Amino acid sequence: MKNEGCFQRLTMENIQTSENIKPPANRWLRRVKKIKSNMAGLIGVIIITGLIFIAVTADFISPYSYKEQDLDIMNSPPSMDHFMGTDEFGRDVFSRILHGSRISVYVGVVSVGLSVFIGVILGALAGYYGGWLDQCLSIVTDLTWSMPEILVALLLVAVVGAGIECVIIAIALTYWAQYARLIRGQILMLKNEIYVEATRSLGATDFTILFKHLFPNAIAPVIVAATIGIGQAIVLEATLGFLGMGAQPPMPSWGAMMSNGTAYLFISPWVIVFPGLAMMITVFGFNLFGDALVDIMDIREDTLK
Amino acid sequence: MTLLKVENLNVSFKTRDGVVEPLSNISFEIDAGEILGLVGETGSGKSVTAQAIMGLLPFLDGKVSAGRIFFNDQDLLAISEKEYQQLRGNQISLISQNPMTSLDPVYKVGDQIVEGLKLHMTITKADARTRAVDVMTSLGIPNADKVFNQYPHQLSGGLKQRIVIAMGLCADPKLLIADEPTTALDVTVQAQIIELFKQTTRERNIGLIMITHDLGIISHLCDRVVVMYAGNVVEAGRVESIFAEPKHPYTEALLKCIPKLGMADRSLHAIPGNVPSVRTYPHGCRYHPRCPKAKAYCMENTPEIIQVKNTQVKCHQFTAQWRTAS
Amino acid sequence: MWQFVLRRCLLMIPIFVVVSIIIFSLIHIVPGTPIDNLIGPGMTKAHEQQLVEKYDLDKPIPIQYFIWFKKMLHGDLGRSIIEKRPVTELLLHHLPYSLSLGLTAIVLSFVLGVSMGIISAAAKNTIFDHLAMLVALFGVTIPAFWLGLILILIFAVWLPWFPISGSGTLMSLVLPAITVGLGGAGLIARVTRVSMLEVASKDFIVMLHAKGLGKKAILLKHILRNALIPVITILGLRIGWVLGGTVTIEIVFGRPGLGQLLITGLFRRDYPVIQGAMLVLAMGIMMGTFLADILYAFTDPRVRDQHN
Repeated sequence: MKNEGCFQRLTMENIQTSENIKPPANRWLRRVKKIKSNMAGLIGVIIITGLIFIAVTADFISPYSYKEQDLDIMNSPPSMDHFMGTDEFGRDVFSRILHGSRISVYVGVVSVGLSVFIGVILGALAGYYGGWLDQCLSIVTDLTWSMPEILVALLLVAVVGAGIECVIIAIALTYWAQYARLIRGQILMLKNEIYVEATRSLGATDFTILFKHLFPNAIAPVIVAATIGIGQAIVLEATLGFLGMGAQPPMPSWGAMMSNGTAYLFISPWVIVFPGLAMMITVFGFNLFGDALVDIMDIREDTLK
Repeated sequence: MTLLKVENLNVSFKTRDGVVEPLSNISFEIDAGEILGLVGETGSGKSVTAQAIMGLLPFLDGKVSAGRIFFNDQDLLAISEKEYQQLRGNQISLISQNPMTSLDPVYKVGDQIVEGLKLHMTITKADARTRAVDVMTSLGIPNADKVFNQYPHQLSGGLKQRIVIAMGLCADPKLLIADEPTTALDVTVQAQIIELFKQTTRERNIGLIMITHDLGIISHLCDRVVVMYAGNVVEAGRVESIFAEPKHPYTEALLKCIPKLGMADRSLHAIPGNVPSVRTYPHGCRYHPRCPKAKAYCMENTPEIIQVKNTQVKCHQFTAQWRTAS
Repeated sequence: MWQFVLRRCLLMIPIFVVVSIIIFSLIHIVPGTPIDNLIGPGMTKAHEQQLVEKYDLDKPIPIQYFIWFKKMLHGDLGRSIIEKRPVTELLLHHLPYSLSLGLTAIVLSFVLGVSMGIISAAAKNTIFDHLAMLVALFGVTIPAFWLGLILILIFAVWLPWFPISGSGTLMSLVLPAITVGLGGAGLIARVTRVSMLEVASKDFIVMLHAKGLGKKAILLKHILRNALIPVITILGLRIGWVLGGTVTIEIVFGRPGLGQLLITGLFRRDYPVIQGAMLVLAMGIMMGTFLADILYAFTDPRVRDQHN
C-alpha cells in the first residue's frame, strides 16, 4: 500500500521502509521460493511440459500413423482400438492430435520468439533513444493494438500466402508491436533510475547499459506476456487453419482437423471435440503459467495491458 | 456534560505479517463547547484514535481490542453499523487529513458536500446548495458558486482542503474531529480557519478534537491538550498548565523544539532518536530510549497515569519507586 | 466536453487515410496483377490490354491509390472481379448481419462481464468468486470457433432449440452472439473485479463511510462509477477484438456478413472486395474506438481536461 493519505493501512511496506532498496539478486531468490507455493502455476508447468514431451515423442507414442487412411473404418466413434475415433478418411484422431501438437508448439514458439525478438529490439531502442523512432513506434503500436489479430493476420496471409511458414511470419508480425510497447514502457521507467546514471558516469557505453543493465530488469513483463502469447499464437494458428490458410494437408494441424470435421458435425462430432479440447488445455496451461509468473515476478497487472 | 469519553482504548490491526497494536490504553474526555487538542508526532496514533471514534476501523482491517468509547453516554462499541451510519457525518464528523485523496474524482466537489447534507437532513437540493456555498464562502473560498461545480482535479490542494472542512462543518455535528485540517494552507488562511473553528465551537456549543503536530495551533485554539507518543497518552491537561510547566520529558522536549525569537542558544533543539515503529515499541516506558532522565527501571516497568498537580502524566519519575530505583 | 468530441472526430480522418493506404499497398504488394485470375488462355493481347486499362493497372501505384480513394469518396469501391457486382452493393448487403451480431455481442459481453465482476468482487474469495473467475478464464482461453461448433452441437443438434445456421431471425442470432460475447465477457469480468477491489481500497471510500453513507450506496454510486473507468478503456481497446471474432464466427454459423464476404474474397483473390471489406471493418473499429473514447471521457472528468 502506498504511504499516502490519512487512512494508512498498517502494512509491512510502511512499517519497514528499507524493504524496497533490495538489490536485484535477492528479488530472484524470493521469486524461486514463490514458484513452489503456487499451485496453479505448477499445473501450468505440468501441462506445458506434457505438451513438449508429446510434440517431441509423437512418432513413438502414437498408436497409428497420422496419415494412414482406412476407409473401412471412417468416421467411427471412440473405441478401444481408436481411443478418440477416426475421421472421414479413417485416420486415427488421437494420433493426429499428437502429431498436431508439433505444429502447434512449433508455430507457437517460433512465431512468438520471432515476435519478441523484433519487438524487444525495436521497443528497447525506441524507449532508450526516444525521438522520431519512438514516435513512429507509437503510431504503429496504436494502429495494431486496436486491430483484431485475426484481421491483421488475414491481411498478412493475403499478402504473404498460405502455408505454415507464412502463418508464422503473419503471426509474428501481428504481435510484435505488443512486446515493443511493453519493453518500451519498462525501459522508460528504468532509464531514469539512479543506478543507470551511476553506471554511465563510470564510463559504460549505451550498448552496455541497455543490454547488461536495463534488459534483465525490463524483460520480466515481456517474458510473462510471451508465455501467454504462445497460447494466443496457437489459437490464432488454429483459427487460420480453420479458415483454410494454415498448414496444408496431410499435416494434422488442430485447426485444419476441426475445419474438415465441420462437414461431419452430425456424424462424427469427436473429430471436432477432441482437437478443441487439446487446444483448450494447452492454452489454459500457458495462461496458468503466465498468471503464476505475474505473481512470482511481482508485476502489477496494469503493466500488461 | 461529557460529550465523548474514551476509556482505556486499545486498537489492533491485522496486517499481512501479523497483528499490531498501535494504541494502548488511551483515555481522555471532551465536553460540549470544549476544544481538545491531540498532539504528537507522525506515528503516535493520533489518526488511529480518530478512526476508532468514528467506527471506521473495520473498514481498515482494524478493531478495538479493548476499552470503551462513550458518546453522550452511548456505548459506541455496542451499536449496530446502521446506527453508527446515522451518527457519522451527522452527529460526529471527521475532517480528514489528506485532501488529495479524500474526494471522489468523478463527482463535482459541491455535489459531494451536498451528498452528506441530503443524507442526514430533509432539505431540498436548492437549499442544500445554498448552505454548502455559504459554508464554502465562510472558509474563504473565492467564487464559491463556481467552485461548487468543479471537479477535485481542477482544484489546488488548499481549495480541496477547505472543501473537506466544509463537508465536516456543513452537517452541523455535535462532535467534530479535525485531523490536521490546515497543513496545506497558507498561514493567513490557516489563521482564518482556526478562528472559524473557534467561533463555530463556541456558537454551536459543539466539541472539537483538533489533531495536529503544530503546537502553535494548540496554544491559540485549544482549551485542553492530550499529548500522545507511540500509541500512549503521555500527558493531558489544560493548555496553559502544560505549556507553562510540562511534566513529561517528551512534552518538555517538544516545547523546547519551538524556536523563539531572542533565544540564547543559536542552534535548533531536536529530540535525539526516532519515533519507534509499531512493531518495535520499546519495553516498559516507550519513551525511555530517548529520555534524558531514563533509568533501568524505566525499561523494565510500564508507567501508569498519575495525577500530578492539575495534569495527568504517564511517567515513572513521579512515583516513589522510581526515585529509589537505579 | 464538445471540444473533446470534435477533436477526436477530426483525428479520425488522418488515421482513416493512413489505414486506407496500408490496406491498398498491402494488396498491391502481392506478386501478380489482380486480373491474373481473369486472364484465361486464348485471350488476345488486345483484350488483355483492355482489361489492364479498365482496372487502371498500367498506372503507377500511388496514382492507382488516388484513383481508388477518389472513387471511394463518391461511394464507388470498384467492382467485384468474381461477382461482377459493385463492391459497395455487396458491402451494404452484408453489413447488417455483421452489425447486428457485433452489437449484440458487445452488449452481452458488457452486461454479463460487469455483473459477474461486481458479484465476484463483492463476494471476494468465496466459492462463487472462484467459480466465476474460472468461467471467465474459460471464456478468454477457449478458441471462439470451437466454442461455436460445440454450441451448435449441443444446442442445435442434440437439443434442437436454435437453428444451426442462417440469419434474419432473432433465434439465429443467439448462439453466434454468445460465442463472440463470451470471450469479451470473460475479460471484462476479470477487469471489473480487479478494478472494483482496487477502488474499494482507496482513501475517499473510507471518507464516504465517515460521511455516514451506507455500503450499498457507496458500492453503486461511488465504487462502481470509478471502477468502470478502466473497464470502458479495455472495452474500447478490445472492440476490434470483438469485431474480429465476428469474422470467424460468421463462417462457423453461415451468417452472410462481412466476415464471410472477406474470407471468400481472400480465397478467390477478389481484390476489390478484399479492399472494400477490410476498409469497412477498419472503419467499424475506428468508430467503435471513437465511441468508447467518448464514453470514457464522459465517465472520467479528468480525461476531458487532459487534452486541452
